[in-house]
Amino acid sequence: MSMVLFDVPGPKARVRHKIMAVVGIAAVIAAVVYVVMRFIVTDQFTARRLDWINYKVIQLSLVEAIGNTLAAFAVGAVLALVFGAIFAAARLSDHAWVRAPAAVIVEIFRAIPLVIMMFFFYYGLPVAGVKLSAFTAVVISLMLYNGSVLAEIFRAGINSLPKGQSEAAYALGMRKTQVMTLVLLPQALRAMLPTIISQLVVLLKDTALGFLITFEELLRWGTRIGGDAVNFGRPMISVMIVVALIYIGLCLLLTWLATYLEKRNRRNKKVIHTDGDAAGQVQLGNASAAAGAGVTV
Amino acid sequence: MNVLTKNFSFFLDAFGQTLQLFAISAVLSLVLGTLLAALRVSPVPVFRGIGTAYVTILRNTPLTLVFVFFVFAYPLLEILKIDEYTAAVVALSLYTAAFVCEVVRSGINTVPVGQAEASRALGLTFTQMLGNVVLPQALRSVVPPMTSTMIALLKNTTVASGFAVFQAGNIREQLSDQGDNVLLGLLWVALGFVILVMPLTYVQQVFEKRWSVAR
Amino acid sequence: MRVRTLAAVLLTGALALTACGKEGAPADQGAAPAGLFEVAKDVAVAGSPTFDKAKSRGSLIVGVKEDQPGLGYKDPTTNKYSGFDIDIAKLISAKLGFDPEKIQYKTVQSAAREQALINGDVDYYVGTYTINAGRKEKVAFAGPYFVAGQDLLVKKDNTDITGPDALKGKKVCSVTGSTPAKNVKEKGLTEPGNVLEFQGYSQCVTKLLNGEVDAVTTDDAILKGYAAAEEGKLKVVGKTFSSEPYGIGLPKDDKALRDKVNDILQSSLDDGTWQKIYDGTLGKSGSSAEKPKIDRY
Repeated sequence: MSMVLFDVPGPKARVRHKIMAVVGIAAVIAAVVYVVMRFIVTDQFTARRLDWINYKVIQLSLVEAIGNTLAAFAVGAVLALVFGAIFAAARLSDHAWVRAPAAVIVEIFRAIPLVIMMFFFYYGLPVAGVKLSAFTAVVISLMLYNGSVLAEIFRAGINSLPKGQSEAAYALGMRKTQVMTLVLLPQALRAMLPTIISQLVVLLKDTALGFLITFEELLRWGTRIGGDAVNFGRPMISVMIVVALIYIGLCLLLTWLATYLEKRNRRNKKVIHTDGDAAGQVQLGNASAAAGAGVTV
Repeated sequence: MNVLTKNFSFFLDAFGQTLQLFAISAVLSLVLGTLLAALRVSPVPVFRGIGTAYVTILRNTPLTLVFVFFVFAYPLLEILKIDEYTAAVVALSLYTAAFVCEVVRSGINTVPVGQAEASRALGLTFTQMLGNVVLPQALRSVVPPMTSTMIALLKNTTVASGFAVFQAGNIREQLSDQGDNVLLGLLWVALGFVILVMPLTYVQQVFEKRWSVAR
Repeated sequence: MRVRTLAAVLLTGALALTACGKEGAPADQGAAPAGLFEVAKDVAVAGSPTFDKAKSRGSLIVGVKEDQPGLGYKDPTTNKYSGFDIDIAKLISAKLGFDPEKIQYKTVQSAAREQALINGDVDYYVGTYTINAGRKEKVAFAGPYFVAGQDLLVKKDNTDITGPDALKGKKVCSVTGSTPAKNVKEKGLTEPGNVLEFQGYSQCVTKLLNGEVDAVTTDDAILKGYAAAEEGKLKVVGKTFSSEPYGIGLPKDDKALRDKVNDILQSSLDDGTWQKIYDGTLGKSGSSAEKPKIDRY
């Protein structure tokens, strides 16, 4: 870990570090105090601007908005996992006529911004007579984009498994499909679980893009309540803080689930431990796949 | 085809704006991200804490929310007036910096322990060791994921569509105003992004293949 | 174990949140006089697919705006819609034989209005929807039920912006895909880079209050609502530079329903219902309005 980068500090270094720590803490406190001062000076925390929390209808609409976000996430995640599994299998097919189009589709959907996809399904398709609701447009876009990224993750996972696994399965007389679905995919899924979950975190955050095509999710709820001048005098700051905390909470919950599953996994003896070399390779391939996935909104 | 030829200069203009937004945010996020990575590996626990807090908050917040904050909420604080373009650059840079930081940090972690120990044995200071020994080596494992991060940033510029910043994501609005075929227009926009992203993906894969064997 | 504890904590939190809450709105929004909308019985609109669909559904789905005080405003504390447009929507619903209290309102942003009608997401749309030739190609219009004019909203102390000719070099904000935004661009009232477009007028008004834009432009009816909501911080310049006949958006091929809605509007203009609706909503700002002339194209 990063601790190896520096020696155990001596007495002088310790003093220096302490001074730096004090300066750092002072800087952070100064920044926080300044921002809070701005909040107070510009009257962000007056009773009227915080009053929205007290209304039952608003609380219920918040629950509903979170529900919409989670619904888009759940449906999008399931579809993306299925899409990813199918296309990973297709990209690993022995037949070039399956492999090639699958590769092209996955690469193309990874290259198109999600916003453009959502616009396409919501504003573009009706021109051709296909009508989709904002929810459907969001979910389909999430499936295509995250499904393509997941396909790459699955593929990396399957490639990382020891060759003996598939060889042994073939030796037992299994068919190609059986080898894939019974032996390779389940193991790859386990090996790549942390990466998969971090992609699902991305998917959860991406639901907020639905804001741009008027999908009634959490962020849109926030701008609606935050922009209310009549009742609360635009409580945008307090509402956005709450919305951000909810998103961060949901994402951390998912991440925590990932670590939890990983820990449980490690205890599970059924997991095949890939040998060091192969694992290292996956790590590298993974790191870039994960980073590529991770940054996408 | 008609949609593209008729509005060709408009398309070029919009994609030009996309690239400009991308370039500025890329430079800023690389600088800020590297600084954050330095914080996250620093020997002072407080600095590590600051870096970790920043990364945790920004990585778990949707970019659209960061945009909403800087466009609609931040101005209420009356600190420093920024126009929408600046707000978009700030949102994209702050958000991407968190990912850049993680890429750089995991790159540093791939450098073998012995390298750091050896440079310490030679009496290099922390800064010298990081700048002259560790970072140059970390660079090779950083480039492929960093390319991915930058591809994501390029695509993320389209989020600015909802916040009055003109770029490729707004082409739809103009076409819709003119009564042109939005479906075809969006297909051309998608193609534009595929053309921009594909070479970057290719470069990334080449680097990954060439450099993953080296160690 | 930890999972269960967490779930329990979350559940209790959710319950605690919804258990306490104020009911009702903090500010009185005003409502149409009771008994204004008498539900007609045994209405039939021969040859109208929209009407038949609504009949089998038992209620109407009406597209409206939610962020325009005085016209179409959704009170977040009660989830009730109010305003001139809403009352017109209720009037039509009643005369079509549907209980106006059972209308399912759907908020549709300016940029998505044609799409909502083409998609069939709403039966009709009442929300400051200007009748023009371009839109007539995609949707049908009944009415106009009101004639507004494009105007400018500025800060109270602003003296440089006296009318549309004084906009050069000033930042003007309007809504994406709206007629006023197009007008400003086409007439070259200010430089193209100075025209900002957001999803809703409330966002523009926020920008105006923060001094990030110099003027918000749209129809005077909408601006008056905002000026009233901001308690004397803003003023409407008062020099209209366009004529905006507001129509009721209908699916393009439903001529039977369009004729029926036109009849309803005409009789409300003749029997004084229209005037009562106006006086109860927009008329509260003190300005009077001329009755529109129905255009049966």
